[in-house]
Amino acid sequence: MIRNLLSACALGLVSCALSAPASAFCGFYVAKADTDLFNDASKVVLVRDEERTVITMASDYRGSPSEFAMVIPVVDVPEREQINVANPALVDHLDEYTAPRLVEYYDDNPCERRLYRSMAMASAPIPEMMMEDGGIEAEALGVTIEAEYEVGEYDILILSAEESSGLITWLNQNEYRIPDGAEEVVGAYLKRGMKFFVAKVNLERHSGSSMLRPIQVAYEDEDFTLPIRLGTVNAEGQQELFVFAITRQGRVETTNYRTVKLPSDMDVPIYVKDEFGEFYKAMFAHQTEKQDGKAVFMEYAWDMSWCDPCAANPLSASELRELGVMWLDEPAMEGDIVQPIPRMMGPGPQPVNAFVTRLHVRYDGQTFPEDLMFQVTGDRENYQGRYVLRHPWRGDYGQCEEAGVYAEELVKRWDRDAKALQKLTGWDLSEIQAKMAEGGYSAADIGIVEKPEPKKWWQRLWGNG
Amino acid sequence: MGEKHRRNTLFQAINKDARHWQILALSGLFAISFTTSDFGAQPLSLALALSGALIAQTLGTLYINYRQKGTWNLAAWQWKSAVITSLSLSILLRASSPWLWFAAGLIGIALKFMVRYRGKHIFNPACIGIVCLMLVFDKAAWVSPGQWGQAPLLVGYALALAGLVLSSAKRLDIALGFLGTYAAILFARALWLGDPLTIPMHHLSSGALLVFAFFMITDPRSTPDSRLGRLLFSACVAGLAAWFVIGPNIRGAPLMALACLALLTPILDRFLPAKRFVWTSKETHHDPQPAQRVRARPRFLRA
Repeated sequence: MIRNLLSACALGLVSCALSAPASAFCGFYVAKADTDLFNDASKVVLVRDEERTVITMASDYRGSPSEFAMVIPVVDVPEREQINVANPALVDHLDEYTAPRLVEYYDDNPCERRLYRSMAMASAPIPEMMMEDGGIEAEALGVTIEAEYEVGEYDILILSAEESSGLITWLNQNEYRIPDGAEEVVGAYLKRGMKFFVAKVNLERHSGSSMLRPIQVAYEDEDFTLPIRLGTVNAEGQQELFVFAITRQGRVETTNYRTVKLPSDMDVPIYVKDEFGEFYKAMFAHQTEKQDGKAVFMEYAWDMSWCDPCAANPLSASELRELGVMWLDEPAMEGDIVQPIPRMMGPGPQPVNAFVTRLHVRYDGQTFPEDLMFQVTGDRENYQGRYVLRHPWRGDYGQCEEAGVYAEELVKRWDRDAKALQKLTGWDLSEIQAKMAEGGYSAADIGIVEKPEPKKWWQRLWGNG
Repeated sequence: MGEKHRRNTLFQAINKDARHWQILALSGLFAISFTTSDFGAQPLSLALALSGALIAQTLGTLYINYRQKGTWNLAAWQWKSAVITSLSLSILLRASSPWLWFAAGLIGIALKFMVRYRGKHIFNPACIGIVCLMLVFDKAAWVSPGQWGQAPLLVGYALALAGLVLSSAKRLDIALGFLGTYAAILFARALWLGDPLTIPMHHLSSGALLVFAFFMITDPRSTPDSRLGRLLFSACVAGLAAWFVIGPNIRGAPLMALACLALLTPILDRFLPAKRFVWTSKETHHDPQPAQRVRARPRFLRA
């Protein structure tokens, strides 16, 4: 039933754009909830085609650049040309484009509605690095510097080691501050023949901006994984991670963890507009809890040629190329799907064969003991985190019969919205209702006297109820 | 008294054929997947897989009857294996378009009739259906192993175990042989890597692995007849599946391993012969198959 309503709604949007003045039907995109809401969130863009992978790693690190260090296990020693630094705006744009969104609709005068009810039905509107003395010491510790690069503001080393303890000692000596308890994890990566990619900011080459640019690495590997275990050793509690996976086939899911959809397409009270960020945070926390912290949340899955409603314009082909989408200039493959942009769906630059999946993970060593493993699926069903505000029509609810019915319906709707919000966020129902009443969204505000609940039979029995 | 009697007759009715228990257990798993996962089993895919499987079963029966008796009729046509195959397909297979489930059902059952050796089919129908689709359509068909939550998985294990124990197929040895070997490899690797044991545990808690171990590799018709043969077979499949996961990261590893090693069955049957398994010994109609005598002659190798 809900699905039917939604597809009807999508159709409704198409038809309403064709008849421009009726745009009051359409949802207006009003707010987005981007990753800035979360402290110290890591953002990783993974572009994957067969075994070719480009990873872009961004963190919203806000401390002193001299303190910044990055340690990632890699399968091979990359060449200089495989490493790049990206414009941080790229990741931000992708973040905005995929963010959960709030849309608003305005109800019409119920008395006028009967004039074009048939039309309305058809369009269904409802809805740093000091390495000089590192070499010799490294050798004594069993650590080999396989490669050394200067890329942008970063000094990058690729290290291999015989033993985890040697590597950790070396890293700590070189101010990488590896947390206690990392030995087992580092050891497991080393036994699998992996190397360590370590980066620090070179203050001489650093522009002085507070923002560090994302590091990109292009590589080939049959495994499609994201190492997160080193992060879990950190005793700072839960980590926040956003993965933006771009493929030519379709949605990306985790194979070793459950992927769930963030609840979406719900009507929420109007006041959420002013605290959408809070709403998103509370909802994510509540939903994570409901899954015992063991799920990966899919917040967006969409063909990158378009969006509806758009939280930000789709990325241009050049932006996608910079992020590592390597197939745009290659001849189309069998099974490539370049979908025409639905008419008027907006400011899509051009149809591109790219499908993005936004995954949001809150993890620690207990809930996510293993690295994330992904697979590309052929599922191209669009999905977005979208929440709806419906502004009521205000007027004389006694002017026609429909208006009276509408007012009663409105009270029921607000009740449903309040309960939906409670279910999504775990917020207190009476607080929600009080806030709604403050804004004028209660039965009393529209002159409906709520009927008291009928007394129970025993309350009537002795008259003491 | 009457109540007890009725219950007994219901039990007997179900117990008449081991596959009834399997269908019940698989239906339970289907319901769990459908209700608890955002990317779970769908009734539409079940219906489509079932139509494909039933069409193939009908055509196959017609063909076999014609070969045996020279007349086109549907004698000994039956639906149970098609239902089991379709349930497994809808629980395990994910695809980008609905007709792929239909294709999987059709291919799986068709190959059951077409690829035979000494009157015994080589491939488990659901397994080969999925493997064919993954090979031919690449990313359009896939298996989602990680989509079961903890609680549904526990219920699933209970259901699967109950289904298998109740069914008289007596193939628990192969399920346990497979899970045991697979778990041993994963635990040994974790110990060698120094990983916490939560990692192999986490790997083993996969709904896809469960359905595979209890309903696919245990298929008595496409696995060796002797117990030793079955244990050898399950250990080989587990070994290859584990290598597929650790090494080249092949999609749908256990299914691929089973399809690759299906040819081992006739070889093992040859060297380790035993009484052929036949479904429904308690019922008259059974799967039509070319009449052929079971050759239960042991071979002795002389030094």
